[in-house]
Amino acid sequence: MTLAPERPTTAKGIDPRLRVESDAPRPQRPALKKSGRPNPAAHLTPEQIEGIGRELDALRAEVMDSRGARDAAYIRKVIKAQRYIEMGSRAALLFSGVKVKGVRPLWWVGTAGLSVAKILENMEIGHNVMHGQWDWMRDPKIHSTAWEWDNASPSSQWKHSHNEIHHTFTNVLGRDNDLGYGILRVDEDQRWTPFYLFQPIWHVGNALLFEYSIAAYDLELGAYMAKKDRMSEEQKAEFKNNADEVVAKIKRQATRDYVVHPALAAVTGSARTTLTANLVANLVRNVWTNTVIICGHFPPGIATFEKTSIDGETRGEWYLRQMLGSGNISGTKAMHVMTGNLSHQIEHHLFPDMPSNRYAEIAPRIRDLMERHDLPYVTGSLWKQAGSVYWKVVELSLPNKVEGRRRRDIVKLELTKAWRKKKRARRA
Amino acid sequence: MTAPSIDRATPDRGATRPRLGAHAPGPLGGLARGARKVAEALATPLVPADYLDLFDPMRAGADLRGRIVEVRPETADAATVVIRPGRGWRGHVPGQYIRIGIEIDGVRHWRAYSLTHRADGSPAAGIPAGCIAITTKAIPDGKVSSHLVRHAAPGTLVMLDQATGDFTLTSPAPAKVLFLTAGSGITPVMGMLRNHLPELTDVAHVHCAPTEGDVIFRHELTGHHDSGRIALTLNLDDVHGVLDLARLDGMVPDWRERETWLCGPTPLLDAAEKHWANAGVPDRLHVERFRPSVVEPGEGGTVTFARTGRVVDADGSTAILDAGEESGVVMPSGCRMGICFGCVVPMRSGAIRDLRTGEVTVHESDEPLPVQTCVNAVAGACEIDL
Repeated sequence: MTLAPERPTTAKGIDPRLRVESDAPRPQRPALKKSGRPNPAAHLTPEQIEGIGRELDALRAEVMDSRGARDAAYIRKVIKAQRYIEMGSRAALLFSGVKVKGVRPLWWVGTAGLSVAKILENMEIGHNVMHGQWDWMRDPKIHSTAWEWDNASPSSQWKHSHNEIHHTFTNVLGRDNDLGYGILRVDEDQRWTPFYLFQPIWHVGNALLFEYSIAAYDLELGAYMAKKDRMSEEQKAEFKNNADEVVAKIKRQATRDYVVHPALAAVTGSARTTLTANLVANLVRNVWTNTVIICGHFPPGIATFEKTSIDGETRGEWYLRQMLGSGNISGTKAMHVMTGNLSHQIEHHLFPDMPSNRYAEIAPRIRDLMERHDLPYVTGSLWKQAGSVYWKVVELSLPNKVEGRRRRDIVKLELTKAWRKKKRARRA
Repeated sequence: MTAPSIDRATPDRGATRPRLGAHAPGPLGGLARGARKVAEALATPLVPADYLDLFDPMRAGADLRGRIVEVRPETADAATVVIRPGRGWRGHVPGQYIRIGIEIDGVRHWRAYSLTHRADGSPAAGIPAGCIAITTKAIPDGKVSSHLVRHAAPGTLVMLDQATGDFTLTSPAPAKVLFLTAGSGITPVMGMLRNHLPELTDVAHVHCAPTEGDVIFRHELTGHHDSGRIALTLNLDDVHGVLDLARLDGMVPDWRERETWLCGPTPLLDAAEKHWANAGVPDRLHVERFRPSVVEPGEGGTVTFARTGRVVDADGSTAILDAGEESGVVMPSGCRMGICFGCVVPMRSGAIRDLRTGEVTVHESDEPLPVQTCVNAVAGACEIDL
């Protein structure tokens, strides 16, 4: 039974990260960040930030208390629709090799349907269920602790890197690995190295192979490769366990898409076309999810934060960081569903465990709150936002412009340094 | 007395599903096992049942579910809920109960209720053949009982568990029986009467209710009394006052010689256990104990970590996660601010308070409730499954 909310009489003693009021007075935000770029929240006093926190707490309580049968029906409807679309598409693909007047109509229908089914499963269902948005229904099948999604990365590892690291440390340089996924430079405050010269290529490759790069990323494969020699036996064993889990998951996923379904379709001579359909559907899903996700935190106008800026952060300041560190995508209702409502990235980052079907209804109020406090509410069409990120990836592949120096010279100098370092390492 | 959650270990569940080809020997069994493997490979990361449930949630081999056929009023605040169970239903012994999981405002709640239908599947008391029936009384704060009596609609799908419980008649049936019931405590006994009355030769029944209008199954009981098949004594609070067991000698003089089945509110059970013990015949008494809602929410309290056997006192501002870690319990954790759901563990019972909002969650059913330990403090007492 859930009783009506009632604020605890004494906030003292409760971890400050769980409440908007702080025991010690909070410092005023500096006008400029370390990099010299303006701080978009510098004009807010600590009291105003507390006020924002209180307003958002009240808004959260209002929506969470009104969750009910309508919301439960919504997620069940989406899950049901997704499963029917998937089954229908898979059935169509059994005949994907059949030609009618030179085209294979069922290949096109099945591939489109399967792409949609995979996107729905990953975005509006999987991502959101794993956030605990539907835990309140107490349905053990639609629960953050039980859901396994149609993606290469095992749910448990995804929940750690995404829910815990990314959502806690959103856009904090050096803490939030999602900021460029370790392979992209998407913010001027990220240090430039020659590796980033080729980042347009890394970016496109990352988008095409997104489910596998996410799996490698959740596994922290890059960190393992870099620090392998310095790792303890325990750390190595943990990595190996996780790696085994990833390999087993990829094997199951690939067996389904590239072996069992094509084998069944062989009866109608559609094995090869079913294989290509699965391949294309996975690619479409990869590129789509990547496109949506890069619009969440990388477009221009979205703030990043320095490591030290989150010391002693209160819940109010955390809210502020989430608002400034996220950006939305405007569009139709269908578009919101296909993005898993990550088109409401700002609302999602403020309340990651709020049912996704409610983000649209609070969006105008969040926008109003931000505008009242003179904070930028970043939003735009998918084309505009994604386009701006692609341009940024190209632009930031070069080092920042510095007064009095040509970028060409900086690149040359860095390349020489890197080459020398490598040579020295080889000699030693 | 509030919602009848039964004070007894949760029966083991989930073992109801015989897997395709699991036991069949020979080539046919091999074929079935192969088909199962292919189905599992096709359904991954889900399981084949997730797809089959779309078409037939009541099929054999599915998680047990049922569909409400009818909700029939018994008194002003009690009703019988008739349910057609899924094909996996394995039947029951009269007197046993089932657990029902029903969605109210989108949230699934589990409660236990005694069964009152005929165990052989034949129709009785207006319950159609093949259906099961429970009877519940709406209590003011009882979310589930009120919903079942006042709002549940035919056609609703509910989750079910197989029948369980040892509040059943001994076999062969004893020669002399006393049924002592109060309020909705009549329900397991009605299950016995509808199934076993022909075998019972000497039945005394004492039933307590606030008023005559509150007597559930009144016509059926008085009918049996009038035809001489049971000797019914009604104790109505508004006429006779609350039952004083000292008066039992006047109602059923030979009660000490009778095998007695007792079901009712906790004070009556406690008093009766003492009374029977004092009379030197505690073995004659069989009790079905319904548990009133357990915890009265408070500020801080005791956290019990059931598996590690550790008991910790924590104040109202300490997260259960911190309390557990400080006492050396290995606990899953994550963001420590309520957003990542990495610390979720099942709570077996108790009450907790959300440190962010002050919201209190009281756990009322015996289905473990997953909770976030990093943002919840104990509110009175709670038991964590770690």
